[in-house]
Amino acid sequence: MRLEPIANPTLARRIGLPAVALVLTVIAASLLALLAGANPFATLGLIVQGAAGSKFALLETLNRATPLIFTGLAAAVAFRARLWNIGAEAQLYAGAVVTVLLGTGALGLPAPLLLPLLALAAMLAGAAILLGPVLLKTRLGVDEVVTTLLFNFIMLLFVSYLLEGPMKDPMGMGWPKSAALIPEARLPRIVTGLRLHWGFALALLAALAVWVIQTRTTLGYEIRAVGLNAEAARFAGIPVNRVMVKTALLSGGLAALAGFSEVAGLKGNLTLDLSPGFGYAGIIVAMLALLNPLGVILSALFVAGVFVGADSMSRAAAVPTYIADILTATALLTMVLALRLTHARVRWR
Amino acid sequence: MDLFDILLNASFWAAAVRIASPLIFATLGELICERAGVLNLGIEGIMVAGAFAGWMTVYLGFGLWTGVLVAMLVGMAFGFLHAVLTVPFGLSQHVVGLGVTLLATATAYFAYRLSLPEVTSPPKIEPFQPLEIPLLAKLPLIGPAFFAQTALTYLAFALILAVWLLLYRTPLGLAIRAAGENPASVEAQGLSVTAIRMGAVIAGSGLMAVGGAFLTMSAFSSFFFEMVNGRGWICIALVVFGAWRPGKAALGALLFAAFDALQVRLQQTPMGAVVPYQLFLMVPYVLSILALILMSRRAEVPAALMMPFNKGER
Repeated sequence: MRLEPIANPTLARRIGLPAVALVLTVIAASLLALLAGANPFATLGLIVQGAAGSKFALLETLNRATPLIFTGLAAAVAFRARLWNIGAEAQLYAGAVVTVLLGTGALGLPAPLLLPLLALAAMLAGAAILLGPVLLKTRLGVDEVVTTLLFNFIMLLFVSYLLEGPMKDPMGMGWPKSAALIPEARLPRIVTGLRLHWGFALALLAALAVWVIQTRTTLGYEIRAVGLNAEAARFAGIPVNRVMVKTALLSGGLAALAGFSEVAGLKGNLTLDLSPGFGYAGIIVAMLALLNPLGVILSALFVAGVFVGADSMSRAAAVPTYIADILTATALLTMVLALRLTHARVRWR
Repeated sequence: MDLFDILLNASFWAAAVRIASPLIFATLGELICERAGVLNLGIEGIMVAGAFAGWMTVYLGFGLWTGVLVAMLVGMAFGFLHAVLTVPFGLSQHVVGLGVTLLATATAYFAYRLSLPEVTSPPKIEPFQPLEIPLLAKLPLIGPAFFAQTALTYLAFALILAVWLLLYRTPLGLAIRAAGENPASVEAQGLSVTAIRMGAVIAGSGLMAVGGAFLTMSAFSSFFFEMVNGRGWICIALVVFGAWRPGKAALGALLFAAFDALQVRLQQTPMGAVVPYQLFLMVPYVLSILALILMSRRAEVPAALMMPFNKGER
């Protein structure tokens, strides 16, 4: 078989194929439910209800979407330049560590000064974590996929060391967790009484900022050029390596904001289970959004909804919560295939 | 002082060979994929799926070798998925690979929770037992290391030779290497690049899954979450370190495993009391990165690695 490019895909093709991908994902969910001996319709219903069926569920989904928007943006920015940053998990923890380091009393500033400072410091830490792999890539040609992946494991061990050693909460009854942030370092709730913090608003703002960078600035243009064809970009006088490094700093910084917002907005301290794989899920979020920064918001809400919904469903039905991971991975694979088929026709022979 | 005690202890070398075995399976599997031109980032998840499938088969009462076979078939199934998406459809090998890893891992965890919902401590199976080779097993140091291992370890070492023979001494091996270097030349020979690449990815994924199965069926005897713990990514680094050659890659795996066995033992020494244990646990990952840096200048990457091939397109 052979693929034949389609220059101008019809609207039906553009909408129909991604819709087929979604249908396939739903079918996969139904099969898994059947396998677990549950009613597929009831299971799907419970997932939707658990994700958006009540004010509480909806807020939970928005809360879960917040770190996913940040890590999704981190992946979207990097992948656009064909920089494969798979290390958002490590950058997230770097941001969290710095937030705790400076937010537990080391800086005695009022909240309006302290919070932006913490966010900025977190971003710098995340950017610094990605600087190593990207320099190894541009200077020595070391593949960044493997180095960023391996950094995730190193970082997690480092955080484990910090939480059992220098950053361990003396009042923590022996649990490996950090001391709590001072009140000035906590992101307040958007509406009093509702469990949704300003991290969510910051995430929306970040998505908007990335969109502006990508569509309205020289850097955005350069990032796209490097991603489309690095050779041609170099030939056109774009400093490819410098663009790569700038992209990495932006991407690492965005991922670190997820750590900042989880600690300062939701948890109030640092534990080793701060992120249940937000870094990896961010890759799915970015791909489902076609690397579009504003699309990231929607796809993060979708992925967060699947996870929150599955959590709540598995409490009621005997379907393991890992169904959410299978679903998002299926959505990713079917969606990239659907997009390919939007722009190419299969010819047998 | 301590270091010498450790290095002269037979159990250290035996542990190194044991730790190297799953890495050898998976590294050879990845190497076959990459020689044909496909980077398989599904490796981490395929190892998890293999570890689970092999273990579950034995837990259900089937034989150990049946378990290995089932693990391999499960790996090949995920390999097929990866191959279809990346070879004929030419999708991004990075995205598909990570997707396969997420899917395979989640499927294994889902199946584990589904079959054993109430279990808190993972049940054990009767794993492969060491087979002592007469006379040779009595040799000092080398004996326990190489001649008193389980059947799967012997299989891993036999596979190094088998993969080398396949790649360098058979027409199929030549075709696989050509598919990774210059796919157009394969088509000119009247062979199908698509078929060769798909076959390589499916077979390689089968080996990765056996590597995973080694963990549950020869090393630990039970399945638990996070047990593969980045070994797949380490194998990708080992392929680079071995310059895409089976012998060198396996040697890299052994060297790497020796360091891993060493860090475990150093934790027990007075030095281990001072240095936090997390630092020791970082050693494998740091070594992998160092290996990549070391080889970066001399890397002989297959020229068509990660380049999709579409017949009739230039």
